[in-house]
Amino acid sequence: MTLKKFAVTFALGSIALLTAGATVSTAQSHVNSPDPLLGTPSVASETSQVNGLTGHAEEGKHQYRRFCIGCHGPDGNGQGMNAQWIDPQPRDFTEATFKCRSTPTGTLPTDEDLYNAITRGFVTTNMPSWRPLNPQQRADLVAFIKTWSPRWAKEKPGAVLNIPPETAITIESILHGRELFQKLECWKCHGSEGHADGPSASTLTDSKGVPIKPFNFSTGERFMCGDTNRDLYRIFMTGLDGSPMPSFADVIQPNDAWDLVHFLRTLQVALPNNQELTLWQSYKAAHGKDLKPIGPDSAGGAQ
Amino acid sequence: MSTKFREGANPMNTKWSRWKTIWTCGFLLIVIVLCDARAASALPTGKVMALPMFARKYGLPCSACHTAWPELNNFGQVFRDNGYQLMNDRDSPIWQNPSYFPISFRITPTWHRETTTNQQLDAVPGSGLGDGVGTLTQAGFDLSGMDLWSGGTLYKNISFILLPSSDSTAVWHFESAFIRFDNLWHSPWLNVKFGRFELDNLISEKRFLFLSANGGLYQIYHFNVPGSINNFGYGDNQIGVELAGHSANSYTRYSVSVLSSNEGGVNFTTDVVPGGSPSNRTYDVNLAFSQAFNAPGPPGESGFGLERVGAFAYIGQRPTNFETELGTQLVGINNKPFYRIGFAGDLSYKNLELMPLFMYGHDNPYLGQFGVPAGSTLPPGAQAPTFYGGFLEAHYYFNPQNVALARFEQINVGQQAIAPSVSGVSGSNGNITAVSFGYRWYPIMFSRAGVALDGEFSRVRTIGQEPESGNGSGFIGNPTAAVWSNSIFFGIDFDF
Repeated sequence: MTLKKFAVTFALGSIALLTAGATVSTAQSHVNSPDPLLGTPSVASETSQVNGLTGHAEEGKHQYRRFCIGCHGPDGNGQGMNAQWIDPQPRDFTEATFKCRSTPTGTLPTDEDLYNAITRGFVTTNMPSWRPLNPQQRADLVAFIKTWSPRWAKEKPGAVLNIPPETAITIESILHGRELFQKLECWKCHGSEGHADGPSASTLTDSKGVPIKPFNFSTGERFMCGDTNRDLYRIFMTGLDGSPMPSFADVIQPNDAWDLVHFLRTLQVALPNNQELTLWQSYKAAHGKDLKPIGPDSAGGAQ
Repeated sequence: MSTKFREGANPMNTKWSRWKTIWTCGFLLIVIVLCDARAASALPTGKVMALPMFARKYGLPCSACHTAWPELNNFGQVFRDNGYQLMNDRDSPIWQNPSYFPISFRITPTWHRETTTNQQLDAVPGSGLGDGVGTLTQAGFDLSGMDLWSGGTLYKNISFILLPSSDSTAVWHFESAFIRFDNLWHSPWLNVKFGRFELDNLISEKRFLFLSANGGLYQIYHFNVPGSINNFGYGDNQIGVELAGHSANSYTRYSVSVLSSNEGGVNFTTDVVPGGSPSNRTYDVNLAFSQAFNAPGPPGESGFGLERVGAFAYIGQRPTNFETELGTQLVGINNKPFYRIGFAGDLSYKNLELMPLFMYGHDNPYLGQFGVPAGSTLPPGAQAPTFYGGFLEAHYYFNPQNVALARFEQINVGQQAIAPSVSGVSGSNGNITAVSFGYRWYPIMFSRAGVALDGEFSRVRTIGQEPESGNGSGFIGNPTAAVWSNSIFFGIDFDF
């Protein structure tokens, strides 16, 4: 066999493989086409719009099968083969209930919310950051995730929360936030020191009745839905749907919410370069003995 | 005298042998495809799921980190670059169930057929005269070597790999053994690896998908010009220290390694098992850089995928003779340099992956002359051995569990160790042309185990030399004769 015949053999073989591949690929390209490894989505097709990209569910299906099926399952219901080993449990996409949203509690999240969740991952769970997937792949995944629930065909995402500019970080703001922490009974779950050891902590369950732990501020880890003060503000104004963490949007005013943010930061004792904590520790050194403890004994409010 | 021997100098040129080879290969591939269609509903593929030790730790399917295991996708690359960490709070071993132990094993029971032409044989078996030329054919059931992987994190941002590996006769060595300090000063750009490890190849031979004797290696990763005493192989694990870094998504990657000039040998020798020559006291350097980018698709459509291109350079030296004590070799001395440079890519067009690589190799003239210490007079016609070549490998992923493979390789000797005008040896002596096809089906891709059925055909032509696969005797009476070596391979590749 000459080099020329070698090249011809290689070319013909490659063409045959590619033709076969393209045929199979075309046959399976529709999101609702039979796939022995995936269940039937509830919505025929979806797209997503994220940062100028259009995500396509039929492309996202391939990504889902490759990356997500092990935990979220072939039917999108969070019952993948690894789900039994995972705590917290994987998200059930058929309910279209998502923790990390910029929209009011009970409403659907925006495409960008889902995209950000995929990109960021959840540091205290098995869900990793999928930043290594390129933006188009992530946008495609968002589109496919939306096919698992009929809600996406019937409802629109809620209005995006308007977050006002952050107020100044002052000791007064922190002290007021501390009062709110007591008044809103955040301590019952998160504990008086933010150690996730409040009296209700052991009784918490998610919307499926699975035990769930409150966030432990003291570790300094980033929050479920981001790591900035704006993210923290958004978390308690929208709530984490599906978890016991409610929305406080109807309870506190924006300025009060910023005060609460500033106080919550002081609980993150392991977080480096923590401006609020530095300020708070200085204050506590001088006035610590005057502070009422947080908890059931401070019925009159912590101060 | 065998029937094959009577067929002539190159029996593979007969139509019967050629078609027998083609049909056998085709049959194997058809069997695999039919098995796929037939068994897809019977085997537990409904709950899809490389190193299962990592998959077990994080609960991810193999396909999350691998295009098709063991080849990494970009998510797997980031995971590896981060020191086998997902960078969440599950990375530290303290999070693991006490029963968890980070060990995986991998082995491949096989059936394979190897045929190599133009072998110097005894016309009468047992005569020892080497007076005939014929084809050597072997076939039967066999085992691959075994990998006993252990790897993971010792602590947050301190990772390790320990890989005792055996050949098919259970002779063991440490294929990889290193500790890595990750994300120094909280920067992904600073990671230090210490021990024995694979060079930071954009196209990894340790992670590729071909397993057959002729197809199961990148020819150019092990090529040296005929007569060269250089034992370097770019695909071989080396021993030393590596400084590496990457961007958050590993789109940008670099690696600088300082390595002992002993081809990854241990115990101050040039081999990983007892019996190697003594090593020398010098060091090599390997440099690698790659950059990935997203290729946008047509308007309104999804993109083509991630495209990565990179370049590498290996600058090393090897001894030309040894210090001795009463004739016993002690330490390699009189080193002379060599280098390998090249560029590579990992290109995607949706489900099609193309991996081109080009390499140029250059050795000092003394490395081309066995038994001529540096400083001595070189023999007439001695010159710097050089070569160039590369390969193009294509993968088509029908889905995460089915992948078709093809590869074409060509290596040309640029300059023989002795000028052809002096030696009379053809300038093409040592040239290699190779083509390989394969198909891998992964019926089981759980997070706790993986099984792949692997069918391959590989055909290599080496001018006047033993094939790089080791098939054949390596002594060719005619330095211009083409040695054809074929592999037909079927294996069940499994790991747990």
